Amino acid sequence: MKTLMLGNEAVARGLYEAGCAFVSSYPGTPSTEITEAAAKYQEIYAEWAPNEKVALESAFGASLSGRRSFCGMKHVGLNVAADPLFTIAYTGVNAGLVIAVADDPGMHSSQNEQDSRHYARASKIPMLEPADSAEAIAFTKEAYEISETFDTPVLLKMCTRVAHSQSVVEPGERTEFAKAYAKDAAKYIMMPGNAKRRHPIVEARTEALIAFAETTPLNTVENGSSNDIGIITSSTSYQYVKEVFGDTYPIMKLGMIWPMPEKKIVSFAQNVRTLVVVEELDSFIESHVRDLGISCIGKSKFSCIGEFSQNTIREQFENTVITGTKIDAEIPARPPVMCAGCPHRGLFYTLVRNKVTVMGDIGCYTLGAVPPLGALDTTICMGASVSGLHGFNKASALEGSVTDEKRKTVAVIGDSTFMHSGITGLVNIAYNDSNSTVIIVDNSITGMTGHQQNPTTGMNLKGDPAAKIDLETLCRAVGIRRVRVVDPYDLAACDLAVKEELAANEPSVIISRRPCALLKYVKHKKPLSVDPDQCRSCKMCMKIGCPAISMVNGKAKIDNTLCTGCGVCAQLCKFDAFRKGENE
Amino acid sequence: MMQTKNIMIVGVGGQGSLLASKLLGKLLLTGGYDIKVSEVHGMSQRGGSVVTYVRFGDKVYSPIIDRGEADFIVSFELLEAARYTEYLRPEGRIITNTQQINPMPVITGAASYPENLVQKMENAGLAVDAIDALSLAEEAGSAKAVNLVLLGRLSRYFDFTEEEWMKAIETSVPAKFLELNKKAFRLGAQS
Repeated sequence: MKTLMLGNEAVARGLYEAGCAFVSSYPGTPSTEITEAAAKYQEIYAEWAPNEKVALESAFGASLSGRRSFCGMKHVGLNVAADPLFTIAYTGVNAGLVIAVADDPGMHSSQNEQDSRHYARASKIPMLEPADSAEAIAFTKEAYEISETFDTPVLLKMCTRVAHSQSVVEPGERTEFAKAYAKDAAKYIMMPGNAKRRHPIVEARTEALIAFAETTPLNTVENGSSNDIGIITSSTSYQYVKEVFGDTYPIMKLGMIWPMPEKKIVSFAQNVRTLVVVEELDSFIESHVRDLGISCIGKSKFSCIGEFSQNTIREQFENTVITGTKIDAEIPARPPVMCAGCPHRGLFYTLVRNKVTVMGDIGCYTLGAVPPLGALDTTICMGASVSGLHGFNKASALEGSVTDEKRKTVAVIGDSTFMHSGITGLVNIAYNDSNSTVIIVDNSITGMTGHQQNPTTGMNLKGDPAAKIDLETLCRAVGIRRVRVVDPYDLAACDLAVKEELAANEPSVIISRRPCALLKYVKHKKPLSVDPDQCRSCKMCMKIGCPAISMVNGKAKIDNTLCTGCGVCAQLCKFDAFRKGENE
Repeated sequence: MMQTKNIMIVGVGGQGSLLASKLLGKLLLTGGYDIKVSEVHGMSQRGGSVVTYVRFGDKVYSPIIDRGEADFIVSFELLEAARYTEYLRPEGRIITNTQQINPMPVITGAASYPENLVQKMENAGLAVDAIDALSLAEEAGSAKAVNLVLLGRLSRYFDFTEEEWMKAIETSVPAKFLELNKKAFRLGAQS
C-alpha cells in the first residue's frame, strides 16, 4: 500500500526489509530519525552508542558475527568514526554493513558544511545516494547486496532535504538474513603484514565496483529533447533540475556516487554539446569527470556554498529567477532561542555576571551564544570545550603569554556530549593537571536532536531501563577531587559554585543539573506574573533572554502560555515585582 | 498534466506546524497525488522561524518551494506570513493567524514588531485571509488547535469533501483530542 514516509524512516524501512538485525548510532541532525524508526521494528536490535566511533565499531562487530548491521550519523559524526572506517574498508565484512551519513548543506543544524562524499573516495568504500524516500528504501536494500557481493562496508549518503522530506513509498516484506562467523586472521587482523596483503584486494575491489557501476540500475540516463546540454547530477540536485527542465535535456543521475561509471560518463559526454555537472557543496563529480579528460561546467556556475533550489537552476542555466512580492516593512529576524524554563539559562546568566571566558560545545546550550546572554566564546565540535579549555589554561599560564590571566575560563558541555567525547578531555585535565573548571550542563537528555536517551539518563533507545552512569562518580574516578552539583534555577547557588571553583587551585567539575523543561515527566509550576505597580522598568529580567518575558507599555509582562514558573527572572528583580502563580 | 500545487506552512518553532503538514499529507494521499512534504528539524525548531513545504501533483520532483512558487502560505503567526510573501506566486493566497509572537530581537529592543502587517500585505496587492485563529482554537477547547483552525480555512480552497478532511484528522490526532480538533477545523472553515 502506498504511504508517505520521511526519508530517514524510509532508510529504516529498507533496513527492516533487508533483514538488518543490529543498529548502533549516535543521534545527529539530520540523521537521527533513521535509528529512532529502526528501533520501532521488533525484529531489529537498535541502540544509542556513546559516540559514532563506538557505534561503527559495534556495527562492524555485529557484521562479523553474521548479522546484517547498520550505523547512522550526521556528517561530522563520520569524522569521529573515520578511524574504524578506513580500516574496515580493508577487512571487509561478514554479513552486510551499511553506514548512513547525513550531510547538512545550508547548515540548518550544523557547525560546518562538509561534503561527506570525499570519505567514500578517501576510504575506498562505495557510496550510494538516494534522491527521495522510495530510493531510500531501495538503495538501502541494494547497499546490503553490494556489501556482501563485494565484501565491503557501504556508505549511504543522505542530506537534509532527502532525510527530512516525506514522499510516497510502497513498503515491502522483510527477508531474514544470518550467516556464521568463521575465524579469518589474515582478513580481520590488520597488522602490517596482513594489511599489506589486503590493500591490493581493496584496489581490485574498486576496479570491480567501477565495472558494476557501468551497469547497475542505480545509475540512470534519461534522454532529452535537446542535446545542446547534458547534465550529470545526483540526489536533490537531480530533483531541482527535473523540476525546472522536465525532459528537455539528457540527464545522467548517479545513484552510486562512488566509484563512478567511467565509460558511461565518457559516452554520455560524447552525445551532448555542453556537459554540465550540478552537485551541491564540493566539486566531487566534476573533479572526477575532469580526471577522465572531459571538459565540463560545474563549480564555475554552481556554488560550493549552501543549498540549491529551483531558482539556482533557473539562474545558472537561463539567467532568470522567479520571485514574488516583498512588502514594505522591516521584518525582524527570528533566530532560535533557549526555551522558556530552559535550565541552561540560569547558569549562563551566572557565567556572564562573573565575566568568564566560556568554551562552548555542541547542543542546545550552544544557544547561550545568542543575545542578550552572548555567553559563549567558542563552539567547535563535540568535546572541544573540555580539551580546548585545558589548552587555553595551560598556554595562558606559560611564561610570555599576554592573555589576561585574571579573567577565568570555563568549559560548558552537555550530559550527552560529555559522554560522547568530553570525558577524554577531562582525563587530560586531571592527568596533565590544568587548573580548569568544567561545567556539565546535565539536562538528563540529548536535547537538540529531539530528546534521545544517553548513558546518563537510565533509559535505552527502546525505552527500557538501562545502566545509568553516575557523573559525579565518573568525574572523581578520573582524578577530579572537586566535584559539586548545583541547581541552575538557583542563581545564588550557581554564583557561589562558580566563584568557589574558579578560586580553587586545582581542577574541578560543576554539574549544573535539572531536566530539560520540555521533557514529558517534568512538571511545570504555574506561570509567574508581574505586578505593574512594583515594576520599575529597570529591565533586569530582560537580561536572561527568556522568550516568555517582554516589555509591554514600559512594564515587564509574562506570556503565561510560555512561562514554566522557573522563577529565574524573579531572582533578578530588585523591586519584588514578580508574583508566583497560584496553586504551586 | 496537472500543475504541481505548492503550500507553505510557516510559523514559530513549537507551534505545531508538523502536525498540519502530516495531516495534509494524509489527505492528499487519499487523492492519489504524488506528494512531497519537507520539514525542518533540529536547531531552528527551538523557537525560530520554521517552514514546511507541501507539494502535490501528478509528479513532484523538488521537495522545496522556491520564491514566487507558493499557491498558499499558511502562517501560524503574523510576522512569519510577512517574512515569506516573496514565496507567493502572483495568484497565490496567504492564510494567516493574526496572533503576534515577539522574536528575541523585538524582546530585547534591538528591533520592533512592524505595525499593520495585514494592511501592508494587502497594499502590496496580496490576497490575505487574516483570522484570529488563536481565539477560535480557544473556543474549540485548546490554544494548541490553531493548526486545525488554519487548515479549516484552507479547506475552503480545495475540492476535498468535509468527510475526507475528517478522515485525515481522525488518522492524525490522538482520539481524546479528536472532537476538539474537528470543532477547531469547522470553526476555521466557517470563519
